[in-house]
Amino acid sequence: MDAFLAQLWIARWPLFDGFLMTLGISVGAIVFGTILGCIVGIQLVFAPLWLRFPFRIYVDLMRGTPLLVLILAAFYVPAVLGLSLSAAQAGTLALGLFAGAHIGELVRGSLQAIPPGQIEAGRSIGLTFPQILANVLLPQALRTSLPPWINTGVELIKGSSLLSMIGVGELLLKTQEVIGRNFMTIQFYVFAGILYLVVNIALDMLGKSMERRLGARL
Amino acid sequence: MNYTLHFGAVWASFDHLLSGLAIGLALAVAAVAVGTVIGLLSAFASVSRSRLLRGISGTYVLLIRNIPLLVLVLLVYFALPATGIRLDKYESFIGSLALYAGAYLTEVFRAGLLSVPKGIVEAGRAIGLTRMQTNISVVMPVMLRNSLPSLGNTFIGMFKDSSIAAAIAIPELTFEARKINVDTFRVVETWTVASGLYIAACFTIAALLRMLERRFPKF
Repeated sequence: MDAFLAQLWIARWPLFDGFLMTLGISVGAIVFGTILGCIVGIQLVFAPLWLRFPFRIYVDLMRGTPLLVLILAAFYVPAVLGLSLSAAQAGTLALGLFAGAHIGELVRGSLQAIPPGQIEAGRSIGLTFPQILANVLLPQALRTSLPPWINTGVELIKGSSLLSMIGVGELLLKTQEVIGRNFMTIQFYVFAGILYLVVNIALDMLGKSMERRLGARL
Repeated sequence: MNYTLHFGAVWASFDHLLSGLAIGLALAVAAVAVGTVIGLLSAFASVSRSRLLRGISGTYVLLIRNIPLLVLVLLVYFALPATGIRLDKYESFIGSLALYAGAYLTEVFRAGLLSVPKGIVEAGRAIGLTRMQTNISVVMPVMLRNSLPSLGNTFIGMFKDSSIAAAIAIPELTFEARKINVDTFRVVETWTVASGLYIAACFTIAALLRMLERRFPKF
C-alpha cells in the first residue's frame, strides 16, 4: 500500500490531467449532443416525412454502430476528407454524434408523450408553431427527459474511456502510461475504476433524485 | 478533397470482416449466456427477504454499471494474472462482458420478476408447490417471457460492446476493420462497410427477436 501511495504521488499530475481531460471531453460531448439531440428530436416528430427520413437514418446509424467504431471512424475519416482534427476533437465529435442520436430519441419520446390537445389549444389561442414549441412543448418535454439525459451523461463518461484507443490522453490512457512505468497493474486500474465510479455514482444519484422530484410533481 | 471510393480493397478482405462478425456474435452469445445465469441469481437476490443478498446484488449492479467496460476488460485481462488466475484473451473477455451483461440483466430480470402477477405465485403455493418449485415452474417462465424484449435489447447492446474486444487483440469485426484501414488506407470504405455490417446484424437480430416475441404470447 505504501509503495502504491508513493507511486500515486509521483503520478498525481498525469492522472489529474487525464481526469480533467475525461471530464472536459464528456462535457463537450454532452453540450454538442444536447443541442443536436433537441434539433433531431423536434425534427423526428414535427418535420414533414421527407425531412424526417434523413434524421431517422442518422439516429439508426448511430444507434446500430458500436461507439468504438464511431470513434475510430471519426479519427481516421476526416483526414482523408481534408479536415484536420486532433484526436481529442475527433473523439469528442464521435461521442457528441452518438449522444445526439440518443438524446434525439429521448426528446422524441417526451414530445410524443405530450397530449396533442395541447398543440391544438395553443393554436386556437393564436400561438404560432415556434411559440407553441418554445412555450408549451419544450418546457414539458425537456423536464421529463432530464433523468434519462443524466444517464446519457454517465454513458458518455464511460464511453470517453474508449478514446484511449485513439491516443487521447484521458484518464484511462494516463493510467496505462503510469502502469507502463511502475507495473502496478491492479492498483492503478482499480484506482481509475474508482475515479470513474465516484463521478458516475454522483451523477446517477443526481438523476435518481431528479426523477423522484419530477415524479412527485407530475 | 480528392477522394475516390474504391471498395475493391475492402471486398478483398471481406471474409476477414465476416469472420470478425461471427466472432463478435459468438462473444456476445457466450457473454449473455453466462450473464443470464449471473443476472437471474442476482435478480432473485435483489427481491429476496435477506438484507445481505439484496445488498450484494445492489452493490454489484452499482459497481459494474458505473465503470467503463474497457476498464473492466483491461483489469480482468492484465491485472488478474498478477493474482495467479491465468485466462486467455477470449476467456477473459467473455468473463468481463458476462459480468457487465449480468448487471444489466439483473435490472431486466428484476423488472420481469416484479411484473409477475402475485395471484399465480399464490396459486402455485396453494396447490402445494414449495417456494423453490413455485419459483422454477411458475415464476421463471412468466418472468422470462415478460423480459424477452429487454433481454433482446441487452443482447444487441452486448454485441455492439463486443467491439471493445479489439482492445485486447481479439480478431473481431472492429479489429479486422482497423487492420484493413491501416493496411490499405481505404478509410471511408472500410468504416462504411464495418458499420454497415454492424447495423445489418443489429437489425437482423432485432427482427428475429420480434418474431420470437410473437411466437410466445405475452403473459
